[in-house]
Amino acid sequence: MQLSIRELAKRYKTGDGVSGINIEIEKGELVTLLGPSGCGKTTVLRSIGGFLEPDSGDILIEGQSVIQLPPEKRPTSMVFQSYNLWSHMSVYDNLAFGLKIRKMPKAEIRAAVDEALKLVRLSGFEKKYPAELSGGQQQRVALARSLLLKPAVLLLDEPFSALDAKLRHEMREELREIQMKTGLTMVFVTHDQEEALSLSDRIIVMNHGRIEQIAKPQEIYDAPASLYVASFIGKMNFLEGVAEEGSVRIGKLRLPNDKDLRGRITAAVRPEDVQLGEQIVGENILPGKIKQVMILGHYAEVTVELAEFGIIRAFQSKEVVQHMQSGQDVGVCISKAAGFPVDEAKAI
Amino acid sequence: MLWYWKHVGMRRIVEFVLLTIFAIFFAGPLVNLLVLAFSEKWNYPDVLPQVWGFKWWEFVLAKDDIVSSISLSFLIATLVTILSIVVCIPAAYAFARIQFPLKKIFLFSFLLTNAFPKMGLYVSIAVLFYKIGLMNTLLGVVLIHMINVLMFMTWIPTAAFRSIHRAQEESARDVGASPFKVFRSVTLPMAMPGIVVASIFTFLNSLDEAQGTFLVGIPDYKTMPIVMYSIISDFPSSAGAVFSIILTLPTIILLVAAQRLVSADVLASGFQMK
Repeated sequence: MQLSIRELAKRYKTGDGVSGINIEIEKGELVTLLGPSGCGKTTVLRSIGGFLEPDSGDILIEGQSVIQLPPEKRPTSMVFQSYNLWSHMSVYDNLAFGLKIRKMPKAEIRAAVDEALKLVRLSGFEKKYPAELSGGQQQRVALARSLLLKPAVLLLDEPFSALDAKLRHEMREELREIQMKTGLTMVFVTHDQEEALSLSDRIIVMNHGRIEQIAKPQEIYDAPASLYVASFIGKMNFLEGVAEEGSVRIGKLRLPNDKDLRGRITAAVRPEDVQLGEQIVGENILPGKIKQVMILGHYAEVTVELAEFGIIRAFQSKEVVQHMQSGQDVGVCISKAAGFPVDEAKAI
Repeated sequence: MLWYWKHVGMRRIVEFVLLTIFAIFFAGPLVNLLVLAFSEKWNYPDVLPQVWGFKWWEFVLAKDDIVSSISLSFLIATLVTILSIVVCIPAAYAFARIQFPLKKIFLFSFLLTNAFPKMGLYVSIAVLFYKIGLMNTLLGVVLIHMINVLMFMTWIPTAAFRSIHRAQEESARDVGASPFKVFRSVTLPMAMPGIVVASIFTFLNSLDEAQGTFLVGIPDYKTMPIVMYSIISDFPSSAGAVFSIILTLPTIILLVAAQRLVSADVLASGFQMK
């Protein structure tokens, strides 16, 4: 394992903190810590970098415990959210600083800086000062500064959150490309689920200082491990139902009971797993009334008021919604749902 | 002519008038001082002196105690600046970075020396200096000068250290710098503009200080301002003018030098309290 975190815990005076953090990351993986602000993701990242002393637990990098080491002795490097660069140094000096400390010969430093700048597509910027660069360029220099140290684990603390949407998208692709080229192990912190889904090999979803789920992006989306993950990632409908042996019942709907639940449950349904039809009465159909049809480019979001279960949203293709209008009666079918015990809903 | 004023606009005219008034108020006394310093004979109704010359320059520069007071003033100002850097910069760093109880009150207490009438403060200090034998000593004069500048010397560098974001220090740790190396290579250079500004203030303030020196340093430590007081009362105003130009010169040189080092907004940002 490139990075192992074992039973990490840290409690702040405010009562926030993290506990029971266990993470194993393999060499060359890009793993995202995802969660709302205050969920503890930055605490975990700063503990890996050595900027925070956890109360208990251990952190191993390439099999060696680093928990006792100060940041400068750890084989990690961190890209911060902002204020990354030293404004009194040129881009070249910013990049060379770490290598000079390592007493690398001058010619080698020059070569390493050139290579790193090429990697982030900023060749020729050596003599510029941070104040002369745009936000995106500054963040690329910061990335290059960390890359040329060839860290065992590269830590990124919401590095693109200060950039505008378009640039953020570009940087995401670039980071992925760099990761492929260099094969570096990366831990990326973000609160942006889209960023996490598009960037990561695996996502760690955190909430209230605990890990909710560790899985591949597709799995997080398709099979959320908890109601929290289900509500945090993507759009989701929640319906109340009853679980029996062999099936889950939502009104007249019957769905398979995969998790073998019993009693009252909350069923999480993706809008793309909801179908609308003209047939209103029948087995496996919930009756409802269309409230709103919103065309969103290549697809449409239809809001339906169900007779017994409140509002449900469905993603439909443009062709299907062509003849639909608000006030019309429709029948709702659900092809897939994930059930969770009701108690869990109260815990959120 | 009227079309011209219309073209320029009311706003511009008001701005121009205000600027002119400001220039007269600001530059007028200085111009008068310059003319006075180079005049040998200047009687009332004439706008310019009847006789120009360097007589008073020769007179002032020929007096031994004046030349020695200039070098003494510079010696004291240098000592005061160095000593207050040694005392105040670490304190400023602590105020900016380290959390300790009653921090705000401590920081605010530096204002106290500037809040009371100076003379009262000096007299009570003089009483203390008598007891411990610091009257009429170089150290005594230096200490009195330092009391004046403690506030600048702590507040401005504190603001400078504070404006350095922690992530900038952390990223230096991150690439392998020890805490000491971080301070030397990142924190200190980035705070340097603020420290330079505070040091220049200190130097100029010490060069200009008269009241405290008069009380503690007399008779052996006569600095420029002290000598100037006696010259102004004993000789024609031209001698005083020559002397004030000598006193002003270092100020102008240092401020020009400071401006090359530090932009005006940094100078002003030194006074922001966060």
